[in-house]
Amino acid sequence: MGSELQSSAIKAAKVLMVGAGGIGCELLKTLALSGFQDIHIIDMDTIEVSNLNRQFLFRQFHVGQSKAKVARDAVLKFRPDISITPYHANVKDPDFNVDFFKQFSVVLNGLDNLDARRHVNRLCLAAGVPLVESGTTGFLGQVTVHVKGKTECYECQPKPAPKTYPVCTITSTPSKFVHCIVWAKDLLFAKLFGDQNQDNDLNVHSSDASGSSGHLDVFERKKDEDIQQYGRRIYDHVFGYNIELALSNEDTWKNRVRPRPIYSKDVLPDDQIEQNGNVDKTAVSADLSSISAMASLGLKNPQDFWSLAENSKVFLEALKLFFMKREKEIGNLVFDKDDQLAVEFVTAAANIRASSFGIPLHSLFEAKGIAGNIVHAVATTNAIIAGLIVIEAIKVLQNDVQNYRMTYCLEHPSRKMLLMPVEPFEPNKSCYVCSETPLSLEINTRRSKLRDFVEKIVKAKLGMNLPLVMHGSALLYEVGDDLEEDMVANYAANLEKVLAELPSPVTGGTILTVEDLQQELICNINITHREGFDEEKEPDGMILSGWTPAPTPEVEKNNGASTDNGASSSSVSQSVTLETVDDDDLEIVPAGTPNGKKRKSSDNATNETGEERKQKTIDEDGVIETLDESDSKKKQKVQ
Amino acid sequence: MEGEELTEQETALYDRQIRVWGVDAQRRLSKSHILVSGLKGTAVEFCKNIILAGVGSLTLNDDRPVTNELLSANFLVPPAEDIYAEKSLAELCCDSLKDFNPMVRVSVQKGDLSSFGVDFFDGFDAVIVSCCSLTSKKLVNEKCRKSSKRVAFYIVDCRDSCGEIFVDLQDYAYSKKKVEEMVECTLQYTSFEESIAIPWRTLPRRVSKLYFAMRVIERFEEHEGRNPGDTSIADLPTVLNLRKEMCEAHSFSESQIPDALLERLLAGRREFPPVCAIIGGILGQEVIKGISGKGEPIKNFFFFDVMDGKGIIEDISKTNE
Repeated sequence: MGSELQSSAIKAAKVLMVGAGGIGCELLKTLALSGFQDIHIIDMDTIEVSNLNRQFLFRQFHVGQSKAKVARDAVLKFRPDISITPYHANVKDPDFNVDFFKQFSVVLNGLDNLDARRHVNRLCLAAGVPLVESGTTGFLGQVTVHVKGKTECYECQPKPAPKTYPVCTITSTPSKFVHCIVWAKDLLFAKLFGDQNQDNDLNVHSSDASGSSGHLDVFERKKDEDIQQYGRRIYDHVFGYNIELALSNEDTWKNRVRPRPIYSKDVLPDDQIEQNGNVDKTAVSADLSSISAMASLGLKNPQDFWSLAENSKVFLEALKLFFMKREKEIGNLVFDKDDQLAVEFVTAAANIRASSFGIPLHSLFEAKGIAGNIVHAVATTNAIIAGLIVIEAIKVLQNDVQNYRMTYCLEHPSRKMLLMPVEPFEPNKSCYVCSETPLSLEINTRRSKLRDFVEKIVKAKLGMNLPLVMHGSALLYEVGDDLEEDMVANYAANLEKVLAELPSPVTGGTILTVEDLQQELICNINITHREGFDEEKEPDGMILSGWTPAPTPEVEKNNGASTDNGASSSSVSQSVTLETVDDDDLEIVPAGTPNGKKRKSSDNATNETGEERKQKTIDEDGVIETLDESDSKKKQKVQ
Repeated sequence: MEGEELTEQETALYDRQIRVWGVDAQRRLSKSHILVSGLKGTAVEFCKNIILAGVGSLTLNDDRPVTNELLSANFLVPPAEDIYAEKSLAELCCDSLKDFNPMVRVSVQKGDLSSFGVDFFDGFDAVIVSCCSLTSKKLVNEKCRKSSKRVAFYIVDCRDSCGEIFVDLQDYAYSKKKVEEMVECTLQYTSFEESIAIPWRTLPRRVSKLYFAMRVIERFEEHEGRNPGDTSIADLPTVLNLRKEMCEAHSFSESQIPDALLERLLAGRREFPPVCAIIGGILGQEVIKGISGKGEPIKNFFFFDVMDGKGIIEDISKTNE
């Protein structure tokens, strides 16, 4: 190592790091030790306590400060003569445009979400700057190299869509604990404490008999209603009455285990309710984070499994505490994994529902992980991956194309290897991002509005940040700061129009052009009109093809990881999405891939077959699911 | 596993990793005692990892004065300054490592490790040596084996862009996940001295060339009385002679140990920081596995070479006859 050529390439390099988290801290350290002199680092996050077990450049007293800035200062302590430029900002900010990217020799990603990864991929392609991409979860990780025209881009392999659950599975027929969590978080919690104007399916499927329309909302606390009484009323409604209602639909239960309605008086007779004298309004000034139902009930260990009675007590206590201590927030609350009381409420509600449906109960620790999409992360994997990133970055700087590798860090050895290098793919000729392949969209042009198209396709599916939609030379929609007022009004009006009624009508056979000026990405979409869509299977009411996300494998353990940074982007979506903030590639190593191509292991000599490994990587701290081993988690039976 | 529960502070700090290895493993980690001797870049990476993981204590041993070369892959200590004259490498590393996790006790043990008695090693659950002579490796390994309790023993070294780990867990039981349940497994390890005495011709084909090359260099340093890593390209002719001798003794083809590889190992005095991170990371995971008794450990060598990018396990053990 250490050839003259190599060290001069390192010294001359100007490197952009995106992410100063788990991988980022390790990467910045290893870059500095390896002799890199000019490093720029972008991260919008601030430091949290749960980062400290692996983001070793940070200390307790840094909590709340910018990761990028603290990381810079920490590294300059042992390498004072190098230049590190921190940006406490979102990489999607318009300032970080193609020109900004062009100044760098290589871009190194240590990101924690798909969205930002796609964005950086596009900017790197547009700027012609090589990208080294990475992700870890637990003991698993991977590093890939993306050089325009030479290897596949980050988006050449379709990424699995975020895990969504059919509405009726969540509202009526849960079969897994995660279904109960989604129900408790996105429906019940949102209904009771969130924005009342949001659509919410909590009652929709409980048939027309309930007080859905016309009557006073059953979830609303009546004037002067005793909080204890209110809690029990809600409890009985959602765990008792709604279940009875569901049971009345015999068809549903022909091939399913019938759920058991649960009423509060059966679980907690009146005399068992502890009148907690210490809950009064005098303690309002207390720190919000210290308000805890567990604490007032004397439950200490978040790893414990609570009985149905304990869950019921936590449910009622948490609800009471929200109304007594945090009343001002009600109506604006969004679930946040760092909100202790919210986690307690969701855990208890999910467990009571699980109990109804004969699903094993979970501890608060586990429920929090599922509800918050908390990633599994250790320092060692991040250190290894950072080392591998630097090795690839140095090859890229020397234009050593023959030796580019994507490397998997495995938990269990494959052909004796824990670190397995694989030759990178060539660019996918049908990739809409790095080649110019048109996409096709089936949509009901007489019913879908331009807004639906922009939200569900342009933003969600194509990952565009500042999109522009054109039909021929007619501009239908555009985002930007410098637009004329009348244009803004024009676009706003267009958004609410159905496609066929736009000033320049979009019908079957139309070709729409969608462009993102920041990402410098253009693609054409061939429109096909279609009348009907299956509500359950095609909840978007439109189907994009040409670039179809691979089917998500059954993700049992993780239902998608999350940003490691507490940016709880929890959304109450109509299709009930357990948002997979940080998911990633579907990779098959070393056998076939979705395209039927072969990934060549760089070890050609032995090629043991039958050792097919299917891996799904999720994020900087994301998850790789291996299908050849199922994870058995200890679950406690319903008591 | 019984024992006191983790504190609230520990649960908050270790949340993300408890989700990887569980509470029991975290509890065992927090009660474990680790000794590390020889603090170049790879060992420093390992120390960082194991402190972050939350072991009970870490004891550092390296009396060498600080030089810029020793610090080339060290992120704990700024480039050498005059004030370092009074402090050893271990002391300087200790000062910095203490800040990484206030829940871990970090201390320094002075002296030559191979001169310590067996009862000294009794105090540790895992002993890691680096930059260490062949004789010392064997001696410390034997003392760990003689201890009244099982002391896990590891050797780690990086040269140029290559790294090697040796593991001796003696008779080791662990649990691993198989389909839906945890199964108990056992492994028998061979000591370093016995492992390297196994005739090369009897080893499976395609054992990493790095294994043989490292043995030649190790023997060379021992013969010449060199400090570990104190080699240069000028040593190549002597090393090539030694290779010939060793290959003849093992009835082994010299072509299995390419000149170019030996050249790299001799010339690369400085560690390559990315390899330190990789090897220090793998070793960290191994020690965590060894302490928690969860997951299949490496048996018994691990090699990484930037040239092919493979991180490969080799089993070079006595077969049970």
